[in-house]
Amino acid sequence: MLACPKMFDIDTIRKDFPILEREIEGRKLVYLDSAATSQKPQSVIDALVNYYADYNANIHRGVHTLSEEATAAYEGVREKIQAFIGAPQSKEIIFTRNATEAINLVASTWGKQNIKAGDEILLTPLEHHSNLVPWQMLAAEVGAKIVFAELTADGRLDLDSCRRLITSKTKLVAMTQMSNVLGTIVPVAAVAKLAHAQGALMLVDGAQSVPHLPVAVKELGCDFLVFSMHKMLGPTGVGVLWAPAEILESMPPYMGGGDMISAVWRDRALYNQLPWKFEAGTPNIADVIASGAAIDYLAQLGMDNVRAHEVEITEYALKRLRDLPGITIYGPESSQDRGGVISFNFAGLHPHDLGQIVNEDGVAIRVGHHCCQPLMRDMNVTGTARASFYIYNTKEEVDALYKALENAQKVLGHVACR
Amino acid sequence: MSLADDLYRETILDHYHQPRNQGVLEGPSVLTVEGVNPLCGDELTLYLDVKDGLIADVAIKSHGCSINTASASMMTESVKGQPLAKVQTLIDTFKKMMMEKDSQVTLPEEMEELEVLEGVKKYPVRIKCALLPWNTLLEGLQCSATGAGQAKPKVVTSE
Ligand SMILES: Cc1ncc(COP(=O)(O)O)c(C=O)c1O
Repeated sequence: MLACPKMFDIDTIRKDFPILEREIEGRKLVYLDSAATSQKPQSVIDALVNYYADYNANIHRGVHTLSEEATAAYEGVREKIQAFIGAPQSKEIIFTRNATEAINLVASTWGKQNIKAGDEILLTPLEHHSNLVPWQMLAAEVGAKIVFAELTADGRLDLDSCRRLITSKTKLVAMTQMSNVLGTIVPVAAVAKLAHAQGALMLVDGAQSVPHLPVAVKELGCDFLVFSMHKMLGPTGVGVLWAPAEILESMPPYMGGGDMISAVWRDRALYNQLPWKFEAGTPNIADVIASGAAIDYLAQLGMDNVRAHEVEITEYALKRLRDLPGITIYGPESSQDRGGVISFNFAGLHPHDLGQIVNEDGVAIRVGHHCCQPLMRDMNVTGTARASFYIYNTKEEVDALYKALENAQKVLGHVACR
Repeated sequence: MSLADDLYRETILDHYHQPRNQGVLEGPSVLTVEGVNPLCGDELTLYLDVKDGLIADVAIKSHGCSINTASASMMTESVKGQPLAKVQTLIDTFKKMMMEKDSQVTLPEEMEELEVLEGVKKYPVRIKCALLPWNTLLEGLQCSATGAGQAKPKVVTSE
């Protein structure tokens, strides 16, 4: 078994992440961009390397030892993910490239089959382009309409607007459980009830929530859950789609090819059972296997502990950053209503300039539209600076951010202030 | 050299805080072009008044970063009142300076100040910020030549 800390001990955790030793511009790296992608513990890196070094082989149908080992490891991760999100059956876990591909899979299969001209798809203004553009494409193709729920002034979902806007015309409600810009935690379980009451299905974009919150599909009450392993300590190239077996059975395949069939003739094919029906071609074996190590790591920490740590860091960061003159912090006030994501701007300073100057102090934040251009327009900005936290971030790093921002203000403001 | 010396030099910050020729032009001969930087979503609108083969007036409305704003500000100063053929040379020279690896461009007098932007070359993502106004102007000149009054928003790349 891999060595993982039993308790939430930040020093032990930090030692597991080799990249945190890196220096940037002669300063210790302060990585505050985990909402874009998280860093990886040594156990994940080892799992990846061990697969290639010890048992690299194609999976399924292999009779030799290597193939059997690789198949067992790959399929074993399906079970780990099943347990991690409390899914009833492992065959309901479909591996994709990322959350984006999982959403596209649902749009092109279930969506095309069930959404017709005049039907409505309800989204929120918080959606990442990946939970917006696939629905725009589907709506354009079938003649459906996209409807947006409303937000409160501090960026929370207005449930009343959902009550009003989810009607018998609504066939699908799709929304993020945590905004990657405002940090807002969305009460998706309550929305799922509204959707089901009108006969609509509910898709939850868990790209930000599954890495940071305890998530159990039963409690969400949704019909589709998607997420990306690279945001939760895993490697890039692995996404997950979960849906109940009955729904997955009813959907046509997404891509055709090897592995997704059980028998093929010249003129037709019989499709494979779940989950392989949706996994055409050689999958991303190595990265799925390494994803297993990421799940182990998080499971041993305990997602309640992960959440508690992030609430603490976020609360501290909100308090400190509010001190900076000229800052606007977006999103919910209380750290209970938000994940470890803080978007902000300074009056008269462009986020791009900020991001570049704080990088000089080794501080990595993200700047720009965060793949949420419609939300940026609603907020009347072209972009924001965003700091995001994960299990390895400390209060000292928040202090480093504070100092770096103070310095950036000095550098950028010095002509105006003189 | 530190980044502050490279990028955030006084000339740049001066133009950033007090951009020249910021605003809107109106009138029957004014042509409007929009530029978008797909990387960061920054947008700018360029107003161009071409009369008798000269840039009679030019203005820019934008909320860009310092590099983008300073580049736009200095650009308007260098092209205002210039004949179109000359403007084309200025654009070519600037783009050459920004895009060629070891370019040894000597900037003509009208645009000497723009040399401060050469430091941006070290930061590849930011080159697009500096180029956006120039590519938008290029589009404006082309629209003016073909008589197309309004151009579609141009998505600027670093080509
Ligand atoms: C809320 C949200 N949804 C979806 C995505 C897309 O994830 P991926 O690019 O891994 O498909 C992201 C990633 O930034 C996200 O933050």
